[in-house]
Amino acid sequence: MLEVKNLHVQVDDKEILKGMNITVAPGEVHSIMGPNGSGKSTLAQVLAGKETYEVTEGEITFQGKDLLDLEPEERACEGIFLAFQYPVEIPGVANTYLLREALNAKREYREEKPLKHVEFGKLARDKMKALGIDENLLKRSVNAGFSGGEKKRNEIFQMQILEPTLAVLDETDSGLDIDALKIVANGVNSMRDSGRSFIVITHYQRLLNYIVPDFVHVMVDGKIVKSGGKELAQELEEKGYADF
Amino acid sequence: MAIIFDGTRESYVEGLSEFLGSGQEDTPGWVADLRREAISGFGELGFPTLSDEEWRFTNLEALRRGSFSIAEDGISDVSKKTVNSYGFSGLDCLRLVFVNGRFASSLSDAGDAGEGIVVKALSEAIREDGDLVKGHLAKYADYEKDAFISLNTSYFEDGVFVYVPDRTVLEKPVHVLHVSTDEGRPLFINPRNLIIIGQSSDAKVIEHYVSLSQSVYFSNVVTEVVCGEDANLEHYRLEFESRKAFNFSTLRVNQQKNSNITSHSILYGGAIVRNNVHPVLAGEGCNSDIYGLFMSEGRQHMDNFMRVEHASPHCDSRQFYNGVLDGRSKGVFHGRILVHEGAEKTDAKQTNRNLLLSDTAQIDTKPQLEIYNDDVKCTHGATIGQMDEEALFYLCSRGVSMRKAKIIMLRAFTNETLEHMSIDSVKETLENTVMKWFEQRLGNGDGS
Repeated sequence: MLEVKNLHVQVDDKEILKGMNITVAPGEVHSIMGPNGSGKSTLAQVLAGKETYEVTEGEITFQGKDLLDLEPEERACEGIFLAFQYPVEIPGVANTYLLREALNAKREYREEKPLKHVEFGKLARDKMKALGIDENLLKRSVNAGFSGGEKKRNEIFQMQILEPTLAVLDETDSGLDIDALKIVANGVNSMRDSGRSFIVITHYQRLLNYIVPDFVHVMVDGKIVKSGGKELAQELEEKGYADF
Repeated sequence: MAIIFDGTRESYVEGLSEFLGSGQEDTPGWVADLRREAISGFGELGFPTLSDEEWRFTNLEALRRGSFSIAEDGISDVSKKTVNSYGFSGLDCLRLVFVNGRFASSLSDAGDAGEGIVVKALSEAIREDGDLVKGHLAKYADYEKDAFISLNTSYFEDGVFVYVPDRTVLEKPVHVLHVSTDEGRPLFINPRNLIIIGQSSDAKVIEHYVSLSQSVYFSNVVTEVVCGEDANLEHYRLEFESRKAFNFSTLRVNQQKNSNITSHSILYGGAIVRNNVHPVLAGEGCNSDIYGLFMSEGRQHMDNFMRVEHASPHCDSRQFYNGVLDGRSKGVFHGRILVHEGAEKTDAKQTNRNLLLSDTAQIDTKPQLEIYNDDVKCTHGATIGQMDEEALFYLCSRGVSMRKAKIIMLRAFTNETLEHMSIDSVKETLENTVMKWFEQRLGNGDGS
C-alpha cells in the first residue's frame, strides 16, 4: 500500500530525514517510535503533503501512485489521513461544515453523489455516539478553544467520518488521560480491517497497550534503525533510546 | 446653471449664495442661516491635509484637484426595476430612494410606518415638522470642527428623516437607498439623514449607497442619530459607491441613558473612502456595539475613523472591525476611545483585525485611548496578517481544495462581523456579495 524508499527531506537547508525506508501492507498497523527530533513528525507531514518540507531524494508510492506528485487535497481524496500532533484552531468554521465539505470533496473525487445535510448529520451523530463524543462538538468551530484532549478526539472523529485507507496518527496520545486514550484507541481499533492501514507515531509505549501494532520501528536521526514486533515497544519502554 | 466647485476653498464658500438662490428659495430662514453659518466653518477649516493628525494616512490631493457640481433639478431616469434589484430578498421594509441626493418619491414606498411614526424625506420634514427637525438638525454633528460636516450642513439636499415617538416599535426596517447616476460631469452629493428614536422605542435603519455607473463623484454623507432613554437602534451603512467615487461619511450618535445602538459599516466601493463613526454615550448605562467590514482591492483607499466617547458612568462599548485588503489598496483603522472624567466604570473594547491578500496591500492601524478617569476598563488590540498557512494546510489535508480552503477561511473572517446583523436577509445578501468578491480575488483557477 505504502512504500517509502530512501527518503531524504530537508527544512531550511537542514536535513531531517536521511534515507528513511518503510513499507506498509494493507491491514497492517505500524508504530514508529523514537526520541524527540528524530524526524517522526516530519515523516507524517511529508506524507500529508506539507510544502515547507523539501524532498531532496527518494520516493513515496501509495497504492501504485507517486505520492509526491499529488497535492495535499488529492492525497486526502486518495485515502490518506493525518491526525495532527497539534490540530489547528480555525475560529468561525464549524466542525460540521468542514467535515461535510471534506467528505463531499472526497466523494466527488470518487465520482459519488454528495451527502445531503440530513444524511451527513445522521452519519456524524452515529459516529459521535460510538466514540462517546458530545454532539455539541459539531457546531463548535474547528478546534477553537478545545482542550488538548478534545482536539485529539476531534481528529479521531474526523478520521472516522473520512474513512481513510491509510491513517497516520502523529502523537495522538500525547497529553491524553487514560479515558481519552481509550477513546482514541477504540476509534482506531473499530476501524481496523484487512484493507486499511495505520502508522501510529508515538513517543511512549502506553498507547500500544491499546492499539496493538503488527510492527514497531525505531527511528533515530532521520532513519529507521531497528524494526521488530510489538515486543520491541516494551523493550524501548524499559531501556529507552540510549542504545541507539 | 450648475454651481461649479473647482477644488479651492473659496469656490465652496462662495458657491453657497448661488446655491441658496437656486431652488432653495422656499426653505425656511433658519435652514438658510444654518447653511451660512456652516460654510463659514468650512471657510476657516478648508480640506484637511496630511499634517492633520486625524488625516495623516489619507491624502485628499485628488479631491482638492477635482472639479464638482451640484446635480440639476429633476430626477434621472432610474427605473423601479433597478431600484428593486438593490432590495433584500424577502425583507418587508419601508423604502426611501434618493437619486443624486434628491428624493425620488415615485420610487419610494414609505407605506404606513405606524401610529405617530414619521418616515419621510428630510426636505419634507423641514417643511412639515419644522420644530422637531430644528431641535435636532446639526445639533450633534459639529460643523465648526469638521470640514466635511461643514460642507454637508451647507449643501445638503435631502436624506431620510425618521422619528419614532416614545414607547413605540418601528416594526419594519427602513431601507434608505441613495443612488448615484452618471450625469456626464462629476457631481457633489450631500445626503443628510436624521434619526430620532424616542424613549423605550426601537428602530432599524439601513443606509445603502449604490452607483449605477463607475463615474467620478464626491459623496459626502452626514447622519445624526438621537437614541432616547432605553431606546434601541440598529444602524447599517452599506457603502457600494462607484470605484471612482470619493465617499466621506459621518455617523454621529447621541445616546441617552440606558440606550443601545448597534452600528454596522460595510465598505466595498469608492476610490477614497472615509467612514467616521462617532457615538457619544451621554447618559448612564449605555451600550454601543460597532461593527465594520471593509474590503479593498486595486488602488482603493478605505479609512475608518472611530471616535467612541464615554461621557457617563457604567457604559459599555465594543468596536470590532475587520479588513480584507488586496491589490495595491490601502486601509486605515483609527480607533479612539475617549473616556471623560465623570465616566467611571466604563468598559470599552476595541479590536481591529486585518487580512492582507497581496504583498502590496497596506494597512495602518492606530488604536488610541484617551482616559480621564481611573476606574475604567479599556482594551484594544489589532492584528495584521496573511491567510494562516497552517490552517489552509489543515483544511487541504482533509480533502478540501486550496481554493475552497481559502474561501472557507475568508468567510470565517468576514462572518466575525457580519454575524452580528439581526436582519437575516441583509446578512445573507452581504455574505453572497462577499463570496463573489472573494471568488473574483482568487480568479477562476485553483487560487493557489
